[in-house]
Amino acid sequence: MKKFMTVKEAVKCTLPVLAGYLVLGAGFGLIMNANGYGIWWALSMSIFIYAGSMQYAGAGMMAGGASLISVALTTLMVNARHLFYGISMTDKYRGSGIAKPYLMFSLTDETYSIVCQGEKSSSFYLAVSLLDQLYWIAGTAIGSLLGDHLPFSTEGMDFALTALFITVFTDQWLGSKRHFPAVSGVTLSLLCLIIFGKDNFLIPSMLSITAALLISGFAGGEVKRDE
Amino acid sequence: MNDSQAVAAIAVMTVITAALRIFPFLIFRGGRTPAVVTYLGRVLPYSIMGMLVVYCLRDTNIHQPGSYVPYIISCAVVVLSYIWKRNSLLSIVGGTACYMILVQAVF
Repeated sequence: MKKFMTVKEAVKCTLPVLAGYLVLGAGFGLIMNANGYGIWWALSMSIFIYAGSMQYAGAGMMAGGASLISVALTTLMVNARHLFYGISMTDKYRGSGIAKPYLMFSLTDETYSIVCQGEKSSSFYLAVSLLDQLYWIAGTAIGSLLGDHLPFSTEGMDFALTALFITVFTDQWLGSKRHFPAVSGVTLSLLCLIIFGKDNFLIPSMLSITAALLISGFAGGEVKRDE
Repeated sequence: MNDSQAVAAIAVMTVITAALRIFPFLIFRGGRTPAVVTYLGRVLPYSIMGMLVVYCLRDTNIHQPGSYVPYIISCAVVVLSYIWKRNSLLSIVGGTACYMILVQAVF
């Protein structure tokens, strides 16, 4: 019964991801299809790589015949933000046992936005992670199989993921007295987006945000030497 | 790319992505997490969600109002409805519906 409740809660929390991943996954399947890579190519990427924006970039690079070096560098640039997620989940995922390798592997933006909220059980984290990847794989399969024959226009439905991030952001804002971390996250990323452009702004954003947080943490005495 | 090059490309993307996700866990897997990491773990989620919101904005073009006006209106719908009802699903469905109508029928 407890397990059932955990899964039920996980389904409820991941509904926005379901909407977003079905659409974005289908979009990925479509692009792969258009580039001459069939369903098995698309599915293996969604199973093994499992990183939305990188898979889109990868589809383009595979079609364009990019070198392995540039594939590697692009992956580093696009996915470096995942380093952040690990740092803030080390304590929460401690003691998650045999589920831990999968929990680490499957920490996407969207999964992170759900598991970073509050303290939950390992089985909840696992259910969220598995469901999210399932949605992504299902979307990929639908896109690969349907091609351009979708019965209605899904244009704009991927906004569900943006909306998910915004509700989490708003919720954290309303539940916190100190807004420095949130404000520095937004302003430094915006600044870096303007300065470095959309393809290169994530790494400078991460570095400047970390620096700002560390300075404020040490200056304000929030980092305790013997915590 | 021929098939074996494509397989190699997928392998490279898989290994690097997984490494980036697992790396922090490997460094801090000892008995006690350093105080700095505990502190970052506490404050980073706030900054990261801010960064992700900006990340979603990256494809908008300041010279094309059609690329950001629907976005700004829908974001406002999400934030205001969330402050009002505190129901994330409601805000996400409402904001997404608003965005879809705007990009499909208005802009």
